Amino acid sequence: MSVVPDTTTKVTFTDNNTKFNQSGVQYIINPYDELSLTRALEITEAQGGSVTAIHVGLADSEASIRKALAIGAQEAVRINAEPKDAYFVAEQIAAYAQGQGFDLILTGRESIDYNGGLVGGILAEMLGIPYINVVTKIDVNNGVVEAIRDIDGGRETVKAALPCAASAQKDLTEPRIPNMRGIMAARTKPLQVVEPSANNAGSTYAQYELPPAKGAVKLIDPNNAGELMSILHNEAKVI
Amino acid sequence: MPYFPNPEEQLHRSAKQDLFQGTDFYAIDDLLTEEHILIRNTVRDWVKRDVSPIIEDACQRNIFPRHIIKGMADVGAFGPQLPAEYGCGGLDYISYGLIMQEIERGDSGMRSTASVQGSLVMYPIYKFGSEEQRNKYLPKLASGEYMGCFGLTEPDHGSNPAGMVTNFKDMGDHYLLNGAKMWISNAPFADVAVVWAKDENGIVRGLIVERGMEGFSTPETHNKWSLRASATGELVFDNVKVPKENLLPNVQGLKGPLTCLNSARYGISWGVIGAAMDCYESAVRYSKEREQFGRPIGGFQLQQKKLAEMLTEITKAQLLCWRLGVLMNEGKATPAQISLAKRNNVDMALNIAREARQIHGGMGITGEYSMMRHMANLESVITYEGTHDIHLLILGMEITGENAFA
Ligand SMILES: Cc1cc2nc3c(=O)[nH]c(=O)nc-3n(C[C@H](O)[C@H](O)[C@H](O)COP(=O)(O)OP(=O)(O)OC[C@H]3O[C@@H](n4cnc5c(N)ncnc54)[C@H](O)[C@@H]3O)c2cc1C
Repeated sequence: MSVVPDTTTKVTFTDNNTKFNQSGVQYIINPYDELSLTRALEITEAQGGSVTAIHVGLADSEASIRKALAIGAQEAVRINAEPKDAYFVAEQIAAYAQGQGFDLILTGRESIDYNGGLVGGILAEMLGIPYINVVTKIDVNNGVVEAIRDIDGGRETVKAALPCAASAQKDLTEPRIPNMRGIMAARTKPLQVVEPSANNAGSTYAQYELPPAKGAVKLIDPNNAGELMSILHNEAKVI
Repeated sequence: MPYFPNPEEQLHRSAKQDLFQGTDFYAIDDLLTEEHILIRNTVRDWVKRDVSPIIEDACQRNIFPRHIIKGMADVGAFGPQLPAEYGCGGLDYISYGLIMQEIERGDSGMRSTASVQGSLVMYPIYKFGSEEQRNKYLPKLASGEYMGCFGLTEPDHGSNPAGMVTNFKDMGDHYLLNGAKMWISNAPFADVAVVWAKDENGIVRGLIVERGMEGFSTPETHNKWSLRASATGELVFDNVKVPKENLLPNVQGLKGPLTCLNSARYGISWGVIGAAMDCYESAVRYSKEREQFGRPIGGFQLQQKKLAEMLTEITKAQLLCWRLGVLMNEGKATPAQISLAKRNNVDMALNIAREARQIHGGMGITGEYSMMRHMANLESVITYEGTHDIHLLILGMEITGENAFA
């Protein structure tokens, strides 16, 4: 699971637009990861098993990890490294997951900060297990995973054998709000800190830019389609 | 609780998004622990999901949304400060305050339901009850399986509870209770009532009265303009036989009810900050969106003065509560300190509700926005748990040593 700026954050940059300005920013669990976590809990509650929340990041994300434990994960692991890029994160998680015997690895379809949508796929490849991307429904029966994905104009049902990885899409389930008992239990649940293994970030962030500020709205008479066409063509240069 | 139809299906769910973020101008979050923030955000998320969408309709139609009792219990709103061994939260007083803040941010009536349950029913059973009473009632009250109410005020004795006439006689194998209580929150649906009454020597004692005891009825108080999503009623005792084991053994005199009130008043001091923040944030948003004379009204000095003063008062109230919470945790908070916070903060919230309502112009008059509801609710909050005047007299006595009550 990743930890991302709250959706109401006003995004600004520092260091000559090469770094995201973290000051005053509130962090939350990436909403797609919250869906994965909740679905993992539902599956294990129905069929037995336990849920481990894995995060690559520094100590300041422990509040969010504690929340994952309060929501219901039995244990958590924090791999103590700045999450440099998707390859790096996937590699760290793969290194940890190797040999742990996880049956199902759920990620979000993407994190809502960088929106890369890559970690799940790279991770599955590194572990050599099947990967089902962007699922809106996932069940496990007798060692077989059955998932539904929305595709253009329809839905696709995919089956795979365990162990398997999948990424959560909106509508997978309803995220859970922790309850008091969960918050109390989270105090004593294990949160293991693991040092990172290799350091293979393939990319660096060169420059950030904000989208251009919204300009004034131009109203065009509905009878004047020609003018609209010419503006779209010559001024906005979108057609 | 057969008294109410299940309102869950009846209540209209508003599609309006709850944009509340929480106001923290002085980085007071830095004074909180990670767990405090988790608790606060949890209750905030719950209020957004389960309270905000239905609360306007519930208030307009004067319906207590009893289907949310379970959720309230789950987020730990019932007796969070009491020990975990009785099914309670075992949390500190700052957590308790934050829970009250977030619930009252949704609605003071919902907070009243929680305050009464936690501070006025569970707390006296915990503090003054026998081990059997604790084990019998606390876990069920914590989970919301039982709901409770607190009967102190009487028709002729409000600010002066010492004058109460409700009384009980020792009949050998039971007590016989007679009298009436008025303005009792949760009364119409409560399963148990903690009732304060005088024994034959005129000493105030606490009794646990259960629904179903013969001669005990709880008529509802109608036509309130305030706390309309909270049910209020009377407690009428007509020769009610109360088993002897239902007497709270460990307290005598007005100290009993007043101790409970201290705990509840502390929660109110935090709670009303929630209501104030809700009004303030709504006013800030509206002042940026609403244009008159060719510019957002937030650009006019008069509106800025209102907003600046609101933020100032909220920040002061937050710091007051945080410090009071630390004193509560250390067991050092005095009743007069709690009076100061309750009095100051309720008044602050009421003023902010009024000013915020005005910033919304005519739009502030409808239930489209929350200020008018908060404002009307806060009229009860400034009256119950010691009126604004009474807290001033408590402080006056603290300062001068002179009793100006009577
Ligand atoms: C919605 C609601 C819910 C309530 N819930 C509960 C509950 O659950 N349990 C419960 O026991 N009670 C409850 N109350 C009762 C509440 O605590 C009383 O209303 C309150 O204590 C005031 O008592 P009163 O209404 O009799 O007013 P009064 O005591 O008659 O006061 C009338 C006015 O006189 C003023 N006054 C009184 N004495 C003095 C004095 N010595 N000097 C100067 N001014 C004075 C008061 O400040 C007030 O302005 C509730 C009330 C409301 C409105």
